[in-house]
Amino acid sequence: MKGFYVAPYLSILIFIVIGIGLVLFTFFLARLIRPSHPYPAKTINYECAELPIGDSWIQFNPRFYIFALIFVIFDVEAVFLFPWAVAFGQLGLYALIEMVIFILILFYGLYYAWKQGVLKWV
Amino acid sequence: MNIDTAIFIISAVVAVFGATMMVFQRNPVASVLYLILSIVAQAVLYIQLGALFIGAILIIVYAGAVLVLFLFVIMMLNLRGGEDLGKPSPPLSQITKYFIALLIFAEMVFVVRSAFFRDAGPTGILTTPADQFGSVESVATLLFTRYLYPFELASILLLAAIVGAVVMARRESRSDKDLPGEVQK
Amino acid sequence: MILISSVKVIVVVVAVLTGCAWSTWLERKVVGHMQHRMGPTFAGPYGLLQPIADFIKLIFKEDIVPSGVERVAYGLAPVLSFIPAMLVFAVVPFAADATLFGHEIKMVISDLNIGILFVFAVTSLGVYGLVMAGWSSGSKYSLLGSLRASAQMISYEVSYGLSIVGIVLIANTLSLRELVEMQGSDSIWFFSNWFVFKQPLGFLLYLTCAIAETNRLPFDMPEAESELVAGYHTEYSSMRFATFFVSEYANMLAVSAVGATLFFGGWQGPYLPSIVWFILKVFCFMFFYIWLRGTFPRFRYDQLMSFGWKVLFPLALLNVIVTAAFVMLD
Repeated sequence: MKGFYVAPYLSILIFIVIGIGLVLFTFFLARLIRPSHPYPAKTINYECAELPIGDSWIQFNPRFYIFALIFVIFDVEAVFLFPWAVAFGQLGLYALIEMVIFILILFYGLYYAWKQGVLKWV
Repeated sequence: MNIDTAIFIISAVVAVFGATMMVFQRNPVASVLYLILSIVAQAVLYIQLGALFIGAILIIVYAGAVLVLFLFVIMMLNLRGGEDLGKPSPPLSQITKYFIALLIFAEMVFVVRSAFFRDAGPTGILTTPADQFGSVESVATLLFTRYLYPFELASILLLAAIVGAVVMARRESRSDKDLPGEVQK
Repeated sequence: MILISSVKVIVVVVAVLTGCAWSTWLERKVVGHMQHRMGPTFAGPYGLLQPIADFIKLIFKEDIVPSGVERVAYGLAPVLSFIPAMLVFAVVPFAADATLFGHEIKMVISDLNIGILFVFAVTSLGVYGLVMAGWSSGSKYSLLGSLRASAQMISYEVSYGLSIVGIVLIANTLSLRELVEMQGSDSIWFFSNWFVFKQPLGFLLYLTCAIAETNRLPFDMPEAESELVAGYHTEYSSMRFATFFVSEYANMLAVSAVGATLFFGGWQGPYLPSIVWFILKVFCFMFFYIWLRGTFPRFRYDQLMSFGWKVLFPLALLNVIVTAAFVMLD
């Protein structure tokens, strides 16, 4: 039966199209009926009713970046856990030991980062 | 043309389009957005080939994690595409660049020619309900038996990545302390 | 086939949007009563028409676009946050399969056999809407709010994924339909097979991470109005703002629906029609969220980040290993 395999994914595609269409439709509808009177003072960025100082560049904490890096690493770990969990019934004890080793190695990484004070948000 | 071929062509075109636009954008955030588009299209291709797990991973890890990291870096450096890119590089390194690019392109053409277009039309699209090939279960059984050793090595690799991140973080905080009169947050 | 899918999609989208609209009413009403106020009373009986009034108000509002925005990303951000929030409902089974005019109709838009991975993938894409909104607005509050939001979401996302692994270990499947069928029971103790009893720690982890993922109180740092005005959507107004608002509630409904499906047997239940059970369970989750909002103060940001990494994440890993050991012994 041709085209059968992708059928469930096709309905997801339909979902996305309808979802985007709906948002754009409401935006369009709003454009038709809403007023629009922009003037320079109105379109200034909000900064508690004062004139904004400088642009939006703020010196932001490099910790955001470190947390993102650690997240990427553990996300990969989490992704490995899913196939393992699905096939666990067939794989048995051997797989458990493998995964415990895998988790322990990565947990040591977390522990190391913890001890070095990286996970602390100061 | 059946619906499978249509989906293949559309997502392949979108993937290439996204990748091309990513290279040509001056604004790095727009580049990241196009890269996401390209990755999602590639995930569709993988799913069509029956490699469900790879498709899901592509979105979870690349689109959901790695590109968030990219965005953070871009925002941290506050790149908005208006930066001065400096002087054009000297002619010799320009020639080298084009030569390497040409080499990679030739390799790609060679691979594509040798692997794909032997039959008419794209092959390998799954049109029937899959046998177990490429499903999460079959990936798992292979990963945890035959490819166990690389899998455990991956954990060491990830551990090394954590250590790298920690070292970078500590360097950051040390350079904070070096600044005279800086108020420690 | 495409026609049936389209009809299902439209029905589900309309149902979710309606759910979002009346969740706002529910939230105001419940929080109001918790604080000895009445909540909305003016529009309709018990203020039930309040969401419609809000919609009409928002659609007539001027759309003020600040001069410092990055146009494309600014326009794209509401869509990018709306679509992932809605997309989760594409894989959640919301009722038992029905027969209509001799056709068997699956009460799920798309029965994927990698359903859980799909939910995980879609959730991980939810960050982009916020980041885009904050970055493109050109406002300090927006940028700070979106950074906080995204850092928070990614910190809790790993534990969110891991909290589900326990269930997958027990059930050996990623298909949400099969998971729901597994939790059915014909005995008088109809809830005896619900995974919440086999995975109590997993459920608590899921609940906590889900609240953090949806940026709700007590984890609503990104919108901490006392310090960040409104967080990432400070510079948004009119329908664009409404889209963010709806996405927040759609996100809440989505994690509620997934939670009900994974831990409370989805549409399974005696006597009542299956869809009623499903809606009832989702409603209980929503009520719990609102209750939390009425009860807890906000976390401090550093507490929030260390809680995610130093408490939830190790607990989630522990839960996975202990569950695997138990499955092994069975």
